[in-house]
Amino acid sequence: MTVNKEFVKFDKVDKSYDGKVLVVKDLQLDIAEGEFITMLGPSGSGKTTCLMMLAGFETPTNGEIYLDGNAISSIPPHKRGIGMVFQNYALFPHMTVYENLAFPLRVRKIPKDEADKKIDKALSMVSLQGFAQRMPGQLSGGQQQRVAVARSLVFDPQLVLMDEPLGALDKNLRESMQYEIKHIHESIGVTVVYVTHDQSEALTMSNRIAVFNDGKVQQLSSPDELYEKPVNSFVAEFIGENNTFAGEVSDISGSKCKVKLPNAEILANPISIKQKGERTTVSLRPERALINPSEKMDNIHKGKIEEVIYHGDHTRVRINLLGNPEFILKVPNSSSNLDIKLGNEIKIGWNSDDARALDPK
Amino acid sequence: MSSETKKILTTDGIPLEVSLKKAERKNKIKAFLLVAPLLLFLIITYVFPIGEMLTRSIDDKMVTQMLPKTYKAMENWDGKELPPEDVFEGFYFDYKKLVEEKTFGKLATQLNFEKNGFKSILKKLQRKMKKFEEGNYKEQIMAVHPRWADVEYWRALKRRAPEYTYQKYLKGIDMYENEDGKIVNVPEDRQIHRILWLRTLEIAFFVTLFCFLMAYPIAHLLATLPMKYSNLLMICVLLPFWTSLLVRTASWMILLQQQGVVNDFFVWIGLVADNARPEMMYNKTGSYVAMTQILLPFMVLPLYSVMKTISPSLMRAGKSLGGTPFIAFWKVYFPLTIPGIGAGCLLVFILAVGYYITPALVGGASGTLISNQIAYHMKSTLDWSFASAMGLMLLTGVLAIYWLYNKVVGIDNIKLG
Repeated sequence: MTVNKEFVKFDKVDKSYDGKVLVVKDLQLDIAEGEFITMLGPSGSGKTTCLMMLAGFETPTNGEIYLDGNAISSIPPHKRGIGMVFQNYALFPHMTVYENLAFPLRVRKIPKDEADKKIDKALSMVSLQGFAQRMPGQLSGGQQQRVAVARSLVFDPQLVLMDEPLGALDKNLRESMQYEIKHIHESIGVTVVYVTHDQSEALTMSNRIAVFNDGKVQQLSSPDELYEKPVNSFVAEFIGENNTFAGEVSDISGSKCKVKLPNAEILANPISIKQKGERTTVSLRPERALINPSEKMDNIHKGKIEEVIYHGDHTRVRINLLGNPEFILKVPNSSSNLDIKLGNEIKIGWNSDDARALDPK
Repeated sequence: MSSETKKILTTDGIPLEVSLKKAERKNKIKAFLLVAPLLLFLIITYVFPIGEMLTRSIDDKMVTQMLPKTYKAMENWDGKELPPEDVFEGFYFDYKKLVEEKTFGKLATQLNFEKNGFKSILKKLQRKMKKFEEGNYKEQIMAVHPRWADVEYWRALKRRAPEYTYQKYLKGIDMYENEDGKIVNVPEDRQIHRILWLRTLEIAFFVTLFCFLMAYPIAHLLATLPMKYSNLLMICVLLPFWTSLLVRTASWMILLQQQGVVNDFFVWIGLVADNARPEMMYNKTGSYVAMTQILLPFMVLPLYSVMKTISPSLMRAGKSLGGTPFIAFWKVYFPLTIPGIGAGCLLVFILAVGYYITPALVGGASGTLISNQIAYHMKSTLDWSFASAMGLMLLTGVLAIYWLYNKVVGIDNIKLG
């Protein structure tokens, strides 16, 4: 079976609300059939606007959106056949759960017995059998959320859009719902476009993540690549924790470069720098730096412990290192604990491969 | 353990319940004192006047107290033929006393409500009475005017004997109790109240309908427009609210009269000929137009407050699930606005049913309502008990509508803001 790689295609899409500012700039994005793709970004980055354009509630100012090869900009939302889960669920408060689910089937004039089967199936998918006659107001937030998911899937759409659907839930429920939505996606193979500002949500659920900022996709890649190999300092900052050093490239040769800091020099992996003399921000994940490195690492420096915070499974250590007082280390809590005390001088080491020299901030 | 020790005591040995009451008493008194002025105000301005209205509408003590001897003597009269001498004698002395006290005019007014023609014969009696001789008052009174020898007048007098009466209510629906004690309709050519009741309901119904049709889109616009435009629109809706009712009605008179602005405009665009300008005032049209405009905000505000709470994502959800914009509106949006519709319609209908100034000024003969009739009896005929009776019937009608609404829609479904 061939998978349509361009099931959804944003082709040079621009969007402006007021004719002065572009909310979405020259968006080029292909979404494959059956994919779970997440649009991640801070608020105001244009991700929700993209979703609304796909759903048909906003029209692109320029460019075209294709769904399964057809341009859809002139098709009204109710003819697009796209399922949608809204931020506040948008369940119809005057209808029972059953009527909520029956709504998309009734407007499609699906016979009642067939509709009932579909509703049963959708409700069992979100494990809400027996809730059909409840009113939405009688359900908890998590249950309402599941009804909203079931309603968006009950009419078998090929594409489902989710606009920060878990935003209103508490942490534990949010995590279990993440898995539930992921499992539903895996079991029925529907294409999902998911919008969130929560990076951990994006990392756990998606096949691919599009990081939005300033109306543009900064990076589009799988969660692990996004975390391990951010292509610019915005992505590095936005996804996960990050230690940075700002400096100037003093030497570059192949996969290594030297970066001159105000009072030291470190080795780094040149990602977005081309030549000597460029300004750069070196990004290093906290878990990639080790205390008292035993093996031979090409960056070893001394720093002073400024703060120690106990986190249960690990300890966060803040160190003043090479003029950066905010250098964070994550030390796993094992029985052979290291001598981490406030004010101690310790040795820190990392591989130059993990220190990515990105664009200056 | 005995029951004595089971009682929970506070640390200083007083039963918990007692000390709790003591602690709460101060707050209770405070709370009561806070609402006391309002309570007093309500009693003085609402409960008391309505009670007064009720008693006034059925109170018929005045005549009873004016003619004590007459009614005492009438107890033995069967009402079939002319009353015996003792009734006439009692009436003579009662009336003489009234003449001396100079309060006989009130009696004449009251009896004239009961039967036309009483006023003149009572006046005549008052003039002739000075020359009456003692004894045989029946003959002497009957000689004053032939109507005094008409048994109908004496029956009418007897009908006023009870201290309480529901006659005014019957009159309010164009009925009366005839000589045989049966309740019958007044002759058709003299029925005016029924027409007025029906017209009041009709005008109130249509004004409510027009208000609803006009207010729904406005309220929707208000609820969905961005703040800077919706504030401006809100001011436009409320602006008439801040203008005197009389001024607004007067401006409608300027607009709607035959030589008025609207008619001029119609003639100018060639809709009507100059010599065939339609009458838009001093008839129902005038009442409809002016009342709809004046009552519109009462419909807009409850609708707006309900629509404001409806999340726009609901309509979007309806559309994304495949509903056309109309279906999304009709199945999703509209049902959610019903509490606002109910509140607005009830408010406008109740206000319209009792509307007075506007129909009085622009309604003319065919556009006046029951409230104008009530005012007429308050000010012109001074038949306050009849006015009270009609006022109470109006109030009962409104309460009935309220009850009906509660049965059908549920009063807790109402939302005023």
